[in-house]
Amino acid sequence: MIKRKKNHKDNPFYDATLNARHRKSKRFKKFTLSSLVFSIAFLVFFLFDITSKGTPAFKQAYLKVEVTYSELSKKSYRKAIERKYSKIVSRAYLRTIPMMIEENPQLMGQTISTWVIADDQVDQYLKGHHYKLKNKDRALVDQMKADGNVELRFNTIFFTNGDSKSPEFAGLNSAIIGSILTMIITMLIAFPIGVMTAIYLEEFAEDNKFTQIIEVNINNLAAIPSILFGLLGLAVFINLFGLPRSAPVVGGLTLALMTLPIIIVSSRAALRAVPDSIRQAAYGLGLTKIEVTRDHVLPLAFPGILTGSIIGLAQAMGETAPLIIIGMIAYIPDAPSSVMDAATVMPAQLFTWAGMPERMYVEKTAAGIMVLLSILVALNSLAIYLRKKFEVKW
Amino acid sequence: MHTFESKNKSREMKEKAIKMALIVASTISILTTFGVLFSILFEAIAFFELRSFWYFLTGSVWSPGQVDSQFGAVPIFTGTIMITLIALVVAIPIGLGSAIFMSEYASHKTRDYLKPVLEVLAGIPTVVYGFFAALTVAPIVVKTAAWFGLEATFNSALASGVVMGIMIIPVISSLSDDVIKAVPDSQRKAALGLGMTQGETIKDIVLPSALPGIISACLLGFSKAIGETMIVVMAAGLRPNLSFNPLEDMTTVTVTIVNSLVGDFEFNSPETLVAFALGLALFIVTLGLNVLSLMMIRKFKEKYKVNTL
Repeated sequence: MIKRKKNHKDNPFYDATLNARHRKSKRFKKFTLSSLVFSIAFLVFFLFDITSKGTPAFKQAYLKVEVTYSELSKKSYRKAIERKYSKIVSRAYLRTIPMMIEENPQLMGQTISTWVIADDQVDQYLKGHHYKLKNKDRALVDQMKADGNVELRFNTIFFTNGDSKSPEFAGLNSAIIGSILTMIITMLIAFPIGVMTAIYLEEFAEDNKFTQIIEVNINNLAAIPSILFGLLGLAVFINLFGLPRSAPVVGGLTLALMTLPIIIVSSRAALRAVPDSIRQAAYGLGLTKIEVTRDHVLPLAFPGILTGSIIGLAQAMGETAPLIIIGMIAYIPDAPSSVMDAATVMPAQLFTWAGMPERMYVEKTAAGIMVLLSILVALNSLAIYLRKKFEVKW
Repeated sequence: MHTFESKNKSREMKEKAIKMALIVASTISILTTFGVLFSILFEAIAFFELRSFWYFLTGSVWSPGQVDSQFGAVPIFTGTIMITLIALVVAIPIGLGSAIFMSEYASHKTRDYLKPVLEVLAGIPTVVYGFFAALTVAPIVVKTAAWFGLEATFNSALASGVVMGIMIIPVISSLSDDVIKAVPDSQRKAALGLGMTQGETIKDIVLPSALPGIISACLLGFSKAIGETMIVVMAAGLRPNLSFNPLEDMTTVTVTIVNSLVGDFEFNSPETLVAFALGLALFIVTLGLNVLSLMMIRKFKEKYKVNTL
């Protein structure tokens, strides 16, 4: 038997370009994979970058100095500490001393060695960042550090204080409360209106022109840039209705209109997922349409509605642009006590800090981002948990 | 008999009232759209009573706050388009590539893990992206440009454009993914059966079929990029700059809106009212893009009779 060398010329189906085509196919697959890898790599880099910038802000430098509580220091707070410390102790902290004496009169006339908040430049120096300190002050800090009179402690101020012009004294507290007030208004308005619209469209509306207009409209509403809602808030709620500028009530109303389409779309999906057999069984027992919807369809769709609403809430919580337009970026050192007070919200506070020249605000902004992202992650996890827990497979 | 009837009547009344309440709630969404439109429109008209409409659209000098202030928005429009184009150049290949990988190559299990990761990108607040663009990406752009012997500013269009592109990746990938998955499997099988490689099947058969949906996704991303505010407010420039060099600073419509409204001018001055004129332009363009995008996706749905999109 003659062994013939296999030759692809014998194969009538042989395609000379086949190898090249396969290579091309593989290259294409690699391209698609690499674009996905890029997105993930970006996310990892992004989170790493924010965390490494923000983590130092959770520590704050404290100094142990002698504080004198006297008539003199009540009048002029700078006199409360020795002169050589005046550049390295937080000015904003010293300003609170007269108030402290007022609240605790027994302090008067005493000199107590206390841990006090250090100036932001000292804090930055101790953390090894860029700092502006005179050699004299730096030497003093070094000396105090050697004596064990300098400490980096957990930064409680960041959570208990409002905004401040002194970076070491600035915190997220008033912004968090402002955010909560704004979100309460948002959900009080958007949730009932959104769910009612969804019920109407899914359960009651006939397929006519009116319904179609609403549907197209909801689609468009979702596509309107958020900043335009800010213009609406400014022109209607503030200029026309005369509501106060910078107030959570205006911010809440504006964000409610933005959140509406998200709640409507997810509520409709949840209502649609309830099988028709439930409705027919209820009708068969003689219930009216409203009873069917209220007692049977809505309870079954509720977990889905809730999930969608939480996701909408999370989105409203991170929104900044419309709130800038209605003035919620004002300087708010104290937490608002009602929805009519001037307030700021977390993302707006971060925006203000990001524009500050002091290096310490950068750190605080990144730390604030970590807090904000944690809240958003918590909200979204809650939504996923609820969906998984109450998910019914029909 | 009588009591039964009256009970029935009150019940009917109640049902009617509830139905009315539901209808009223649904009209609020319509009211909102018209509210946005009219609140912007009236103030924009007030602006055009003070300043020329044509000069706003075609003029190239933007000098608010000066004695003879001029409002020619062309440099602002070009800045917006430049930054948006940079964003799309980043987002379309990456978003589409991710969508193709997830719908055509990845197993169900990997897909379930990967999709939420992309959705995280969509959930990050834009102010956070803005901070990242201004403090991390902008210095990288400046350094890289210097390495090539070019000069870039710290608020270059490139930095904000790239970060904006990353922000709209999930917009493009999520819809494209759904559309590609909706292309009937029979088409893939026929193509593979005829001896096409998998890459050829996707490129020559699946993608052309899904094209209307993909275009729709890109238009949606485009519209989102034009309306994006925080990234550009924090990372792009304030100076209207008629330039096509991505390393220079440029400003956008949204940045100008924010700056006109947080300034110290009276509400009725043209310096403030111009924000509404720009807002009107933004409204018309984004709405147009959205309607176009919906039309494309409807075309796709009708062709393949899918209702899940």
